[in-house]
Amino acid sequence: MQNQPILQVKGVSKAFPGVQALSDVDFEVYPGEVVALLGENGAGKSTLMKILAGAYQKDSGQIYLNDQEIELTSPHHAQTMGISIIYQEFNLVPTQTVAANIFTGREPLYGGAGRILKMVNKQEMERAAQEMLDIVGAHVKPTDMIRSLPVAERQLVEIAKALSFDSRVIIMDEPTSALGDEETQNLFKIVRSLKDQGRAVIFITHRLKEVFEIADRIVVLRDGRLVGSVPAQDTSIDGLISMMVGRSLDQMYQKETAEIGDVVMRVQGLTRYGAVEDVSFELRRGEILGFAGLVGAGRTETARLLFGADALDGGEIWIDGQKVSIHSPEDAIRAGISFVPEDRGSQGLVLLLSVFKNEVLPTMSHFTRFGLLDGATLQQRAQEYVSRLNVRTPSLEQKVMFLSGGNQQKVVLAKWLMSNPKVLILDEPTRGIDVGAKSEIYALMSQLARNGIGIIMISSELPEILAMSDRVLVMCEGRVTGIIDRQEATQEAIMAYATRHASVQGTI
Amino acid sequence: MSDITAQPRPAGAPPRFNWRRIIRGQEVGIFLVLIGMILFFSLSTDRFLTPINLTNIMLNFSWTAIAAFGMTMVIISAGIDLSVGSVMALAGIATAMLLARDNSPFAGPDGVVPDTVIPLAVLAGLAVGALCGFTNGLLITLAGLPPFIATLGMLQIARGIVYGWSQGWPVQNLPQNFMVLGRQNIPVGSFNFPLPTVIMLVAGIIAWIFLTRTAWGYRIFAVGGNEQAARLSGISVMRTKLMIYTISGLLGGAGGVLLTARLGVAAPTAAQGYELDVIAAVVVGGTSLSGGEGSILGTLIGAAIMGVLRTGLNLIGVEAYWLPSAQGIIIIGAITLDQWFRRRQGKSRGFARLFSRGGK
Repeated sequence: MQNQPILQVKGVSKAFPGVQALSDVDFEVYPGEVVALLGENGAGKSTLMKILAGAYQKDSGQIYLNDQEIELTSPHHAQTMGISIIYQEFNLVPTQTVAANIFTGREPLYGGAGRILKMVNKQEMERAAQEMLDIVGAHVKPTDMIRSLPVAERQLVEIAKALSFDSRVIIMDEPTSALGDEETQNLFKIVRSLKDQGRAVIFITHRLKEVFEIADRIVVLRDGRLVGSVPAQDTSIDGLISMMVGRSLDQMYQKETAEIGDVVMRVQGLTRYGAVEDVSFELRRGEILGFAGLVGAGRTETARLLFGADALDGGEIWIDGQKVSIHSPEDAIRAGISFVPEDRGSQGLVLLLSVFKNEVLPTMSHFTRFGLLDGATLQQRAQEYVSRLNVRTPSLEQKVMFLSGGNQQKVVLAKWLMSNPKVLILDEPTRGIDVGAKSEIYALMSQLARNGIGIIMISSELPEILAMSDRVLVMCEGRVTGIIDRQEATQEAIMAYATRHASVQGTI
Repeated sequence: MSDITAQPRPAGAPPRFNWRRIIRGQEVGIFLVLIGMILFFSLSTDRFLTPINLTNIMLNFSWTAIAAFGMTMVIISAGIDLSVGSVMALAGIATAMLLARDNSPFAGPDGVVPDTVIPLAVLAGLAVGALCGFTNGLLITLAGLPPFIATLGMLQIARGIVYGWSQGWPVQNLPQNFMVLGRQNIPVGSFNFPLPTVIMLVAGIIAWIFLTRTAWGYRIFAVGGNEQAARLSGISVMRTKLMIYTISGLLGGAGGVLLTARLGVAAPTAAQGYELDVIAAVVVGGTSLSGGEGSILGTLIGAAIMGVLRTGLNLIGVEAYWLPSAQGIIIIGAITLDQWFRRRQGKSRGFARLFSRGGK
């Protein structure tokens, strides 16, 4: 590693009305280095990265690129200086080809009259795009439409685009949050090769385990201040968490043993062709049943069948010993099943609407007088749950789009708790949420279980599954391959079931 | 992270009707446009601010507004209803057919239609409108057609029925007591409110309550804001859409019946192109074409703007031929102003966002 930082930030501060997002932060990154940037939501990570990417202007402080002080005026400016950022929500046009996206605004043109008429040399553009795609090892064609690509491939296109600017510094904002294990490993391979080429990579993530796998150095922010910058080999997950929140790991998973009661839900032979095959299990009151498996194993699909979001091709469901027929989410809600989907923004919430309206949507019809909503009672209930779940919002009238991920997730939970469910299905309940909010959600799950709710928790984070589940149901290719008791559940056992297509065993 | 915590509104507080909310609301931008236009026309000609002229203006935008209330719900649900002009005409013809002297099936031997048929005929007009809307809803939900296509088809079909049924001739000779619906004035002090305007205001209040105080209204916003999330919240998207388009048809029908009563004749070309006026009123009123946002009050103001404009330009001597261009300019101008205004509000809202999360 060279001793000269490629990018250096000195004493940068940034304030927004009412909040000091960054105060006096020093930060540097060296060529060929991978730096992980950690911190809770609101710690200032995104603000810092957006300043480096030219999207925000700093209030004070200096930025040096190769020892030259620079002022970044716009994202485009930063890009031409060799700093690229890849946002969680990609900046790609879904209806355009891969090549057109990589070269947006700088399409190679034909010479002569073609230059004046801005005639795009498509062949040249596709050739150049292919070159970039080869570097990142993406298995897509330059002529593919972005909308036809899975998330992981889109990400590679973004990286290829960054490379086409010959970016020396590449910033990735939670690049793995939507990826499965294998895709994550592939991404890391690419990051390592970027590093070998002497590029610097800055990596924002919430998944602490990844940090040790990929980062050379870890920088932690808290409340807009630099808390520490440590070499990855000199720290541990526990150490990082206490740096981030001033709390240790043991306190994060707040699993309390609840009394396991009668069977609340029994599922027999649940099937949807091509997605879910012959899934059977029982769920008891007060039990947290973890659903583990690789991405695409059929866990979310199973949950959607239970909630009536997709149509069943076969199978039966009993709630409290009564057979129920579920053809729509309405039916499921009536039967006492609630479902917190994995994607808050597109499935869990109506972002344009207020906290209040989102909260009351499933239950409001029970609170009407002469057809009119009983506003006072609804407000009171909504407020009660906002307080109970500690949702940080200036008011019930705040649009949920302005809340942080953790608070949005709490609004989704509040909305379902208001319906008094017997069975609560949580799909990736802590994805993209900071450590503080995570531990609050774990505590809430424990509390709900104690109150006798049966909980199904789908999660791709094994530590979360292991810490919170009373039993773990493992799926592979649409089938249940194993159901493991808490005592016997280990990462190895789960992965063994998740990766092979074994016959049903365990304790059904 | 900021320290903002929820500030509970005292439980059981009185309904939130306070002026600051309204003034901060989205309608303020276009309301200023309306006031500005009224001021402009009042200063330009002393014939503008006369009781007769004001009565005329109100009358003129009453049917547009009634249909626009339904359209507001459609557009909040992220849909569109292009058929509303034709539905107005069809409802008008249906009513007129039942009431026309000599030609009505209810006509006595002397050709006179008894007054008792009037309520029936009005209801028939409304039912025809609702049925057209319901059909739109079925096409959109069951057949899965985009609203634009389904209602474009209905626009043609309904207009065709109007022409075919009337054989291209206007239906005339309607009973006097029917035309009262469109011509009666209700004096309030020294001012005469036209009956259609009163009906429009009542419809507006009902629509407003429906949208903001009932579960159905909340569902419309939820479906328009995020259909998937609405479905996963247990809302039947299909029933909601069926209802919305039926209401739009019903209100279109009501507008058509009133228009017929006012004109005293149901012409096959009646209300042609009205769908664009209606959509313009809704959009000028601040309802977002991408769904999830909008208000009845905004639509009322939007319709008023269109009405004031038409009459005002007339009075200051703009040649009728040029009127559409002027209207187009005003629509674009009003929406530009409104968006500018919202962006300014949005900025403070954007700050509020940072305030509550402080960046990541």
